[in-house]
This record gives sequence, C-alpha cells and structure tokens, in this order.
Amino acid sequence: MKKWLVLLLSLALLLPLAASAQEVVNVYNWEDYIDEAVLDQFEEETGIHVNYMRFTTNEDMMVSVRANPGAYDVIFPSEYCVERLIAEDLLAEINYDNVPNMSYTLENLLNPDYDPNNAHSVPYMWGTVGILYNTTMVSEPVDSWGILWDTDYMNNVFMLDSIRDTMGVTLKYLGYSMNTRDPVALEAAKQKLIEQKQSGVVKAYQVDETKDKMVAGEAALAVMWSGDAQYAIDLNPDLAYAIPKEGSNVWVDCMVIPKTAKNKENAEAFINFLCRPDIAQKNCEAIWYSTPNTEAIELMGEEYTSNTTMNPSAEDVANCEYFHDIQDFIAIYNALWQEVKNAK
Amino acid sequence: MYNMSLPWWGWALMGAGLVCFVALVALSVRRNHGIKRSLFASPYTLWMIIFTVLPCILVAYYAFTDANGAFTLDNFRHFWDSNYTKNQLYAQMGPEAAAFISRGTVNVDTLVYSLWMAFLCTLISLLLGYPAALYMADRNMKIGSTIVVLFIIPMWMNFLLRTIAWMSLLEDQGLINNFLRLLGFDGVQLMYNSGAVLLGMVYNFLPFMVFPIYTSLSKLDPQLGEAAQDLGCNAWNKFVRVTAPLSLPGVISGITMVFMPSVTTFFIPRILGGGNTMMFGDLIESKFLTEGNWNVGSALSLIMMILILVSLSILRKADPEGEGGSLI
Repeated sequence: MKKWLVLLLSLALLLPLAASAQEVVNVYNWEDYIDEAVLDQFEEETGIHVNYMRFTTNEDMMVSVRANPGAYDVIFPSEYCVERLIAEDLLAEINYDNVPNMSYTLENLLNPDYDPNNAHSVPYMWGTVGILYNTTMVSEPVDSWGILWDTDYMNNVFMLDSIRDTMGVTLKYLGYSMNTRDPVALEAAKQKLIEQKQSGVVKAYQVDETKDKMVAGEAALAVMWSGDAQYAIDLNPDLAYAIPKEGSNVWVDCMVIPKTAKNKENAEAFINFLCRPDIAQKNCEAIWYSTPNTEAIELMGEEYTSNTTMNPSAEDVANCEYFHDIQDFIAIYNALWQEVKNAK
Repeated sequence: MYNMSLPWWGWALMGAGLVCFVALVALSVRRNHGIKRSLFASPYTLWMIIFTVLPCILVAYYAFTDANGAFTLDNFRHFWDSNYTKNQLYAQMGPEAAAFISRGTVNVDTLVYSLWMAFLCTLISLLLGYPAALYMADRNMKIGSTIVVLFIIPMWMNFLLRTIAWMSLLEDQGLINNFLRLLGFDGVQLMYNSGAVLLGMVYNFLPFMVFPIYTSLSKLDPQLGEAAQDLGCNAWNKFVRVTAPLSLPGVISGITMVFMPSVTTFFIPRILGGGNTMMFGDLIESKFLTEGNWNVGSALSLIMMILILVSLSILRKADPEGEGGSLI
C-alpha cells in the first residue's frame, strides 16, 4: 500500500515536468473576444498549447497581472492601460523579427502616442464611441453631441454609466480634450451633464442593457461603443451609428507581453498568428469589432468597407482622441460624476 | 490595482479578534450546555468566523487605513465631504481651481434618500403584509395555506431574475404598455424613476414582512379571541385590544427584516430606476468596483452597519423575547 502511494506521489511530481516538455503560451484575453476555433488552429499549426484565460474589465486584468508575475505571456489591455503598464515598467519590448505580420496594420494605428513606435504593443481590435440612434424616431441628421441635449427628445436618451466615456463626450461637445486636467473645463462638463439630467432628456444611465433596449426601440438616442452598435444594427435595421463632428474617443485593444512572461517567443508567435490576415478576418467576423488588419479588410471586401460603423472614415478617426491614463486625476472625474448621478 | 497585503499588526489584530471570538463562543457554550453541545456547534462557529466575523474585521481594518495601510480617519471625512480628494487636489492647483472648492453632499444625500426609501418600503410592506398575514392565519379560510405557498414560490427564484422580469413588464415597450396601447390608451412611463425602485423593493422584501407576522398570528390561541367576544368585544375591539398587541413581536421582526435589506438595496435602482437615482448600496458598490477605493467604501459600509445596529437595538427593546424570530 505504502509503495503504491510513494509511486503515485512521485508520478504526480513528474507530471509538471512532462507538461513542461510541451511548448505552451498563456493567453489572457477579454471575455467573448476571439473566435475560439482560431486557438485550435494555432495548436495544430505550431504544436504550442494555448492556456486561454479570460477577464471582463481592464481593472480586473491589471490587478491579476500585477499580482501574478509570470502567469501570462500575452495579455489584451486597452490603450490607456498599455500606457499605465509601460509606466510601471511591466511590459517587454516586442521583437518584430518574430512578428512580420505587423506590416498589415492600418497606418493610422501605428506609432500611437500611448506607445511610441509600438515598442510594446500590437493592435488587436479597435473602435469608437458614438451615437446609436433609431431612424424612425430621429429625422434630423445626427452629427453633433448637442442632439443629446435637445429637449425634442424628452426622456428618450440613454447615457453611458461610465465615467471616462460620458465625461469625455461632454468635454468634446464643449470643445475640450477628453483627457483634460483643466478644472474650468471639468466643472463646465459637470454642469452640462447636470443640466441635461434636470431637463428630463435622459431616460437612464446604463451600460450593458442599452444595446438590447435600443434594439427593442426603447429610446431614440444612445451613447454607444461601435462594436455594441454594430450588434444592435444587425438585429434592428432601423438603427444607425454616427460619430459627431466635434470628435470622439477612439480606442485600441492591444496585444502585449509582460516582462515576466516565461514563453516570450511563443507569445510572439501567437501575436504574429493573430495578425495573419485570414485569422484576423475570422476574429473580426466572430466579434464584429473593427480590425486593424489591412489585408483582412481586403479579404472581407465591400461588406466591411461600406460599413461606416466598423470602418469609419479617416476624417472621423482623425477627429477622435485616445484616452490617456490620467493617474490620480481620476479622483476628480469620479467626484464630478457622482455629483451628476446625485443631481435631482 | 489594489494591495491586499496587510501589515504585521493588521494580521495580529485579526488574529487577536479571532482568538477572542472563539474563546467567547466556546466559554458561553460550555457554561450553558456542557462540552457536547459546543462540539456540535463548532461547524457553525467556523462558518460564522469565516463568513461573518472575518469580513467585519476586514471592513473595519480598511475603514481606518489609507491605501498604504497607515492609520487614518480621512475615510470618514470622505463620507461628510464627497469632494474631499478633489478639493485637496484643487487646492494645489492655484486660485482658478480653488474657486471650485466646495463640500460634496453626495454621500450624505444618498444615505438620507436610502433611509427615506427604506422607511417607505417598510411602511408599504406593513400595510400590505399585515392584512395578508391575517388572512393566511385565519383558520376559517381554506385557501390560507395555498396563499402561503404562493408567497414562497417566487422566492425559489433569484431576486435579480425577478427584478429583471419586472423590467420587461414596466418598460415603455414592455407588456403593460403594449397592452395599454392595444386598448387604445397612450403608454405611460412606469420605469426609470423612484416609484419603480420602490415597487421593486416592496415586491422583493414583502415576504420578509408577511412570514414573521403570519408566524406570530398563527401561534395565537383562538380561544383568546373567543374570550374577548364573550366579554363583549366587537370585531374591531377584538383586533385592536387582543390580536394586534399579541402579534407585535411578529410585526417588529417583520419591520427589521424588511428595513435592513431595504436600506442596503443595490442593483434594483440601477435596473428599475435606470441609474437615475443612487442608493447607498450602489454608492458602496461603485466605491469598491468602479473607483477601486476600498478604504472609503469600507468606511461607508461601517457607517451603514452602525446605523442598522442602532435601529435594531431600538427595535429589540420592543421585543425583548425575540418571539417573532428576529435576527439578533
């Protein structure tokens, strides 16, 4: 009996050794943010086993990455978190000799100000913030954030219950930067939002519920992310999406490699694989966010290029701003937002 | 984003608290019932320690420390002035910013609003629940027990699900409004306001009012009522002088069991109120999850806990025997 136990235990000790003989890559991505068939294809083609893990918010991901050094080889943060991770010196520089498919990346997403020369990050998906509206309820052209303050749409507007986004579009409407640290601008944005709430235009402040409610025709206008907007438009052809002329937010979810990654070359192989045009196309068609891959866009053709929600014009994008990490200034945004929520 | 590690004295404090608690429980159990009972109670004690005592100690720890783990009372100043950090930052930014310094009333306002909503919810539940309990406890009513079952069945479902179900009833494009339009009326806005939040709260918490009252009413000896009638009481006097006073313990525990969850309600305002009004529970949630500020969040929770404890001990005075099955 004892002998068996010893044998079993020593076998158990050997297990991790056997596992480590196989090449692995530990991937940490957003929930519902990939075509999972692609992972099997990667394993088949390269023999590298993918340990696939998921997170739901940037904040969750940041906590895990800091708390578990070495646990992840590829992670998918948004651009302002990339900036934060670089500032904390947590990201490795990517060796682009191993990622030749980077050459397919859209030019306007290259050399971004959150990561000069893309030293640490490769764009995975991107999108914008705009207005999703119901064409049967809104007859005038939607081209300004001002329509969200128009009392013709009494009780007919969904705002995002998301601090940076909602403060951001209001700042844009007033002609300021979305990343401003100017108290005058911030207090003006707060006043503007309180005025909007008190005028009775706003129906609700929410996040995940909005897209389904817009499909059901529950409101005329909503502030929305382009991917969610595309989801809603697919289900209800009366809906349309616009990026206001004052400009908006453009965001990029990236692929990065932590400094503590144990399988850096496998991570680069994985990133390169996701940048391969046919794979980028599969992912784009599975989750309907905008792809940064020029060749994948070519492959999808007219269906993609004529879709202004997924493929906004270069002028619209040029008009948009990235979010930056505003560090401890976020406390001011938080306090102002609470006052908006508390206004009666 | 948040540092979970405690300094050595944090661990020491927690350890000391645990030891004291275990010793107290063990002592009291032993004194009252001997060693055997205390053995039976040990799984429950362990459960209590892990899921009730430890979290409370942690909440207290975070409420009295800052992000670096040093002792501070600032978190409670945050409660009084929700702009505390903002004002501090503005003060460093020159006269233009300093002009915007003002006390933020968000936290206090939200607490007052939550107490008011909880009061209304308790009152409505009592007004609806007492007659229902009377009806259920009446031995002459054959369907009383059926109603008990009807009250219990919805509780088999998760309350989030039940609340979301209300949403599809009340929406502008929901069942009720579509039905109204079918009959040729204009739709009415039922959702996205405090009324809908109150409805959701009453709906969710009403059983907690009905059952304690039902329990104490059904324990009532029917002969007491008969005696009152023999002595010349009419139905109204019988109720006011006999039934109502004897059911008071049930009413008291009903009030506690509705008031407590009402005051700490969250999620319902977001779903049925469309996030237009915040309750204290939502505020605490946003401190923890959105802002990642566990210290202020814990201070707010602690204030809430103390308020509940005070109101419970006042109620306890009215029901010293705990006959209605109250919680503490």
